[in-house]
Amino acid sequence: MSSAQIEIQLIATLVAVACAIPGTFLVLRKMAMISDAISHSILPGLVVGFFLTQDLNSPLLILLAAASGLITVILVEFIQKTGLVKEDTAIGLVFPVLFSIGVILIAKNANDVHLDIDAVLLGEIAFAPFDRILIDGMDYGPKSLWVIGSILLLTIILLLLYFKELKLSTFDEQLATTLGFSPVIIHYGLMSVASVTTVGAFDAVGAVLVVALMIAPAATAYLLTTDLKKMLVLAVLFGCAGAIGGYWLAHYLDASIAGSITTVLGAFFLLAYLFAPGRGMLSVSYKQKRQEKEVHLLTFLLHLQNHEETSERHIKHLNEHINWHRVKARSVVNLALKNNMIVIEDGVISLTPKGSEFTRQAIEFIMSGKSSAIEEMKKKFFLFRG
Amino acid sequence: MDFTEYFTQVFNDYTLRTITLGTAILGAISGMLGSFAVLRKQSLLGDAISHASLPGIALAFLLTGIKSTDVLLAGALISGLIGTYWIRGIVKNTHLKSDTALGLILSVFFGAGILLLTFIQKMPDANQAGLDTYLFGQAATLVESDVWLMSLVTGVSLFLVMLFWKEFKLNLFDADFAHSLGFNTKFLDLLISSLIVIAIVLGLQTVGVILMSAMLLAPAAAARQWTHKLGAMVILSGIFGALSGIVGTAFSASGDNLSTGPVIVLVAACFVLLSFIFAPGRGLLFRELRYRKNRNDLEMNKTLAFMYNIAKGHENISHPHSVRILNNFRGYTRKSLKKLIDKEYIRVYNNMWSLTDKGFRQAVNMYNQSEDSYE
Repeated sequence: MSSAQIEIQLIATLVAVACAIPGTFLVLRKMAMISDAISHSILPGLVVGFFLTQDLNSPLLILLAAASGLITVILVEFIQKTGLVKEDTAIGLVFPVLFSIGVILIAKNANDVHLDIDAVLLGEIAFAPFDRILIDGMDYGPKSLWVIGSILLLTIILLLLYFKELKLSTFDEQLATTLGFSPVIIHYGLMSVASVTTVGAFDAVGAVLVVALMIAPAATAYLLTTDLKKMLVLAVLFGCAGAIGGYWLAHYLDASIAGSITTVLGAFFLLAYLFAPGRGMLSVSYKQKRQEKEVHLLTFLLHLQNHEETSERHIKHLNEHINWHRVKARSVVNLALKNNMIVIEDGVISLTPKGSEFTRQAIEFIMSGKSSAIEEMKKKFFLFRG
Repeated sequence: MDFTEYFTQVFNDYTLRTITLGTAILGAISGMLGSFAVLRKQSLLGDAISHASLPGIALAFLLTGIKSTDVLLAGALISGLIGTYWIRGIVKNTHLKSDTALGLILSVFFGAGILLLTFIQKMPDANQAGLDTYLFGQAATLVESDVWLMSLVTGVSLFLVMLFWKEFKLNLFDADFAHSLGFNTKFLDLLISSLIVIAIVLGLQTVGVILMSAMLLAPAAAARQWTHKLGAMVILSGIFGALSGIVGTAFSASGDNLSTGPVIVLVAACFVLLSFIFAPGRGLLFRELRYRKNRNDLEMNKTLAFMYNIAKGHENISHPHSVRILNNFRGYTRKSLKKLIDKEYIRVYNNMWSLTDKGFRQAVNMYNQSEDSYE
């Protein structure tokens, strides 16, 4: 690995971490789309800042662009407060307008502004190592490394200082207000951090892909845990893994680094979406199947309890009486047998004492409207689950 | 080129006519279908879908090697639909909220699209030039066959919307009721989402991936302010959309270096702004006027009630009192006093006021009403 490669990966990792932290809170506060709006609408701020400073890494430009991100948030809230349109429509109206203004400003001044619209949108992290800080001939590393490094440091300090307040206002805004924290200040604080991070990250990964770095790691982490601290740590880890994995994917394909970081993050999410324990698609559909079978089992036991006569309880008549397919009927009977809830004598099924006790308790819970308690009860009675 | 020149050109110049027609049709169809998106509270879905269609464009080119609009748009359509259903799947199957699902699919698909586009660009012999016009769109690339395609799709969508009008309307405002009446709400959802995806894909070439969502939202948000009727809203929204297309194209053709997409979006945004302010009923201007009137009426009534309470203690209700005693009362202003005189509820003479019969009756009525409302 050359030193440029290491520097690129370092910048990508820092950007990913700096994005993952505010991203986690945005996802939890159901404001993920605000980051999309901010990332688009920093464009006019950027252009104006570039007019004034002629330097993409200047702090003034970052502040101006971040301010135009904050203006978006304020505008969205203002439009929403008028009650003329819903919040999502307000977001969808504001950012294309600001973005359009930015695009037109760039096009109008193409000769004066050496700002490539593609670069703003997609970023070019591959060039980041070439723009270095040189003081008295000493090389202090790439500029964007310093920029994103200071933003990350600021974010971490703010996170550590205000973790309790952030957590409380995210999960219980009313309680936070009663306790005397101002949710408004925390809200705008978070929005400011998100704006500054977006601006700091855009020149590495581009305006649109900042959104991916903010949301994808947090969403993946949210599928795996519901503990805020664990979620933050996981999001940061996914961000880092995505940054480094994405770099090498891009290296291999000779394609955009930002695009491949996003693609890797998307792949992480897909994996979590399918396989996350407890919440992934597979585990959800497995649970649903099991639930379905156990409901069938209960129906079957109730049927047995209601009918004294042997004709109703004959194994051959099962499909006729409760209208089940042969395969389904067999799997339900097998489950009941395995759990010692029924016995079969000469083809006639009867409940065991355990079976009738289970059925009795289940009916009681259903009658008293406590159907959810049946789940607890299942744990007591079942040797094998469906 | 100034405007008069422009208008003569529209009728003579083939390219300009094609582009104007194309953007007008696009504005109309996206405005009409956008009404449904806005009312279904799926405003940002358009943004997600348009971003999600990018990898489809790249893949279609990568697999077929053909750069014709139809092939690329078919790819865009497929990946847009996949994105839409994945968003639904995430919202339905996990505890992630719709905003996260939207933002995630939007950015991840877009990123994958960028990856593919840059991969294609670096392939040795691919004639890839022009694929990135889909990022911002380039109305100038519209040719007659594109306009025909747009008209065809618009016609089919219009036909479907009219055919299922009643069902769409019912499903829009009361999905549970529609379901209980036996309508296949799943099919209706699918149909309207697919139509919206198609409209978005149509617009990619003209206004691009990033700004297409505004074409969907802005005309509908503007039209919503003028009417409470779905039919009127859809038609109005179509008109706003078409006008944005035409005016936007005119502006961008007459100024130099103005890309069409952003200009159209800004024109549509002007429609929204004007509607927000000037729409009768909902608009901010009329609302402010109404608030003012209500506030003045309230102040006047409060003053009258105060006077009534003083006057009713006297045998003669028209017994004059000093205006000065009103100063203790906070709701009193000169304006409300003047209004009371204008309405002949009181008379003022030598800085003394007295209730008229009319004013007394009005005050009694006011009390009765307010007591009624408490019961």
